[in-house]
Amino acid sequence: MIELKNVCYIYGENTVMEVGALKNVNLKIGDGQFIGLIGHTGSGKSTLIQHLNGLIRATSGEIYFNGQNIYAEGYKMRDLRSKVGLVFQYPEHQLFEVDVFSDVCFGPKNQGLPEDEVKQRAREAMELVGLDESYDSKSPFELSGGQKRRVAIAGVLAMKPEVLILDEPTAGLDPKGRDEILDQISKLKQERNITVILVSHSMEDVAKYVDRIIVMNHGEVLFDDTPGKVFHHYRELEKVGLAAPQVTYITHALMEKGFPIKAEAITVEEAKQEILKALQETNEKIPNN
Amino acid sequence: MIRDMTLGQYYPVDSFIHKLDPRTKLFGTMVYIISLFLADGIVGYLISAVFLAIVIRVSKVPFKFIVKGIKPILFLLLFSVIFNLFLTDGDTLVSFWIFRITKQGVRLAFFMALRLVFLIMGSSMMTFTTTPNQLTDGLEKSLHFLNYIRIPVHEIAMMMSIALRFIPILIEETDKIMKAQTARGADFENGSLMQKAKGLVPLLVPLFISAFRRATDLAMAMEARCYRGGEGRTKMKPLKYQRADRLVYLFYAGYLALVVVLSKTVPL
Repeated sequence: MIELKNVCYIYGENTVMEVGALKNVNLKIGDGQFIGLIGHTGSGKSTLIQHLNGLIRATSGEIYFNGQNIYAEGYKMRDLRSKVGLVFQYPEHQLFEVDVFSDVCFGPKNQGLPEDEVKQRAREAMELVGLDESYDSKSPFELSGGQKRRVAIAGVLAMKPEVLILDEPTAGLDPKGRDEILDQISKLKQERNITVILVSHSMEDVAKYVDRIIVMNHGEVLFDDTPGKVFHHYRELEKVGLAAPQVTYITHALMEKGFPIKAEAITVEEAKQEILKALQETNEKIPNN
Repeated sequence: MIRDMTLGQYYPVDSFIHKLDPRTKLFGTMVYIISLFLADGIVGYLISAVFLAIVIRVSKVPFKFIVKGIKPILFLLLFSVIFNLFLTDGDTLVSFWIFRITKQGVRLAFFMALRLVFLIMGSSMMTFTTTPNQLTDGLEKSLHFLNYIRIPVHEIAMMMSIALRFIPILIEETDKIMKAQTARGADFENGSLMQKAKGLVPLLVPLFISAFRRATDLAMAMEARCYRGGEGRTKMKPLKYQRADRLVYLFYAGYLALVVVLSKTVPL
C-alpha cells in the first residue's frame, strides 16, 4: 500500500528554469492493483513514479509505504527500493555485465542475499520473462532489443519487489514484442499477486490489462478510475493530447445514434459483444417484414 | 541530482548584449583583458569598473550570478594577494619576524586582486550572454584566416560544438543510468574508495556504450545529409555585423583610449 499526500515537486527550484513537475498529488495505491499511469510527454508521470521508490525527494508532501513515512528520519531507502521495483524506460541501456545471468544477479546481490539465493532468484526471474538457461552465458549485447529488455526487467524482478513499476515497457518494440511483454507482465501479476503500475502514453496498450487508470496532465491527476469510466471522458482526454481506444469512439457514436449500447467496452472483443447484443435488441424491436 | 548543475552558464534573457554578434563580444572580452593590463593606478581601474558595470547593467544578468563565478578562483586570489603582499621590495610599512610588508606590496596586491576579479567577471559576461554554439560560430569566423596555414578551423569548430552539444545529453544519460542502478540497489555514495571505484562500473559501462551509440548515430545522420567538411559550405544563419556592433566597436576604441591616456597622465 502506497499513499501520497499533497506531493509537490519542482525542477530547478530558485532558477530561471523553474518548473512545477508535480502539483499536489494525492493517491492511494492498494495492494494487488494493476494500474495504468497515463499522460503525454512532460505530464509528470515519470517524475511521479520516481517518487514512489525514493529516487526523487518531493519538494513538499509526504509518501507512506505500508503506513511508514519514507521521509522519516532513519527510514531505510534501500529497503524501499528493493520492495518497489522500478523498470526505467529503455531499461536495456543499463545492462553492463559480461553475461546475462550476472546482470540479473546484480539486484539481489546488492540486497546482500547469500549466493545460492541470488542465483536461484535470478534463475526464477529469467524464467518469468521467458528466457531459458541457454541465455545465461550470452553477452547482453548480442541479444535483440526485445530480449535485452526482458533481461533488464528480470534484473528488477530478481529483487522480488512487492510493487513493480514499469516506465513505458513497450517503447520502441514492434507490435509482437509489445504484446509479448505486456502478456508476460499480466501473467506475472497473476502469479505473484504483486502490485503493478504500468506507465504509458497509449490508452490502447494498457486498457486491456489494467483495472485502474490514472491520467496525469501538467503534473496533476486528471482522472483516476476504472478504464471504462475514464474513457467516458474521451473528449477531455483528447484536449490533453491523449486518445481513448478506437472502440470507445465507435461505441459512443453508436450510442449517440440511439443504439441501446453500453459504452463501457474497452477492448475490441468486448465492443463486438456489446454491438452484437445491441443489434439483436434493435432487431427484436423492429418487426421483420 | 546532476540535473540542477548549471553548465556553460548561459543566462537566457533578452538584452542588447545578448543580441550582439558573438565576434563583437569575443573581441570585446579581448579588449577588456588588454585594458586591464594597460591600466595603471586607481583611475584606470575606476574606468574599467565603470565599463564592467555598464555591461552588467545592460546585459540584465543578475549581479549575484556573476559574483558566484568568482568563487572558484578565491584560492588563487588569496594566493596572489599574499605573495604580492610579502614578496614585493620597497619602502617598509610593517615588519615582523621574517615578514615585511611594503607600500609597493600593498599597492600591487590590491591592484592584482582587482585585476583578477575584473578579469573573471569580464570574461564570464561573455559566456553569460552567448550560447556555446554562437561562441563556436564566432570563433570559427574570427579564426578563419588560420585556414591559410592549413589548420582545419571549420572541423575543429564543428568538433567543439558537437562536444558541447553532447555534454547535457551525457549528463542526462548519467543521471538516468545512475537512477536505474540505484533502483537495483547500487550504492554510489558509501563505502571505501575501492568499493566506490568498483561501484562505478555499472555506471560507466552503459554510459560509454551509449556515448558510442550516439556518436555512430550522429555520424550516420550527418553523412545522410551529405556533410563532408567545411569546404564550400554555407551557413543557414551567417554572422553579419549590425549597426549596433559597429557602435560597440567604437565604444571599445573610446574605452581603450581613455584607459591608456588616463593611466599614463594621472598619477597614483
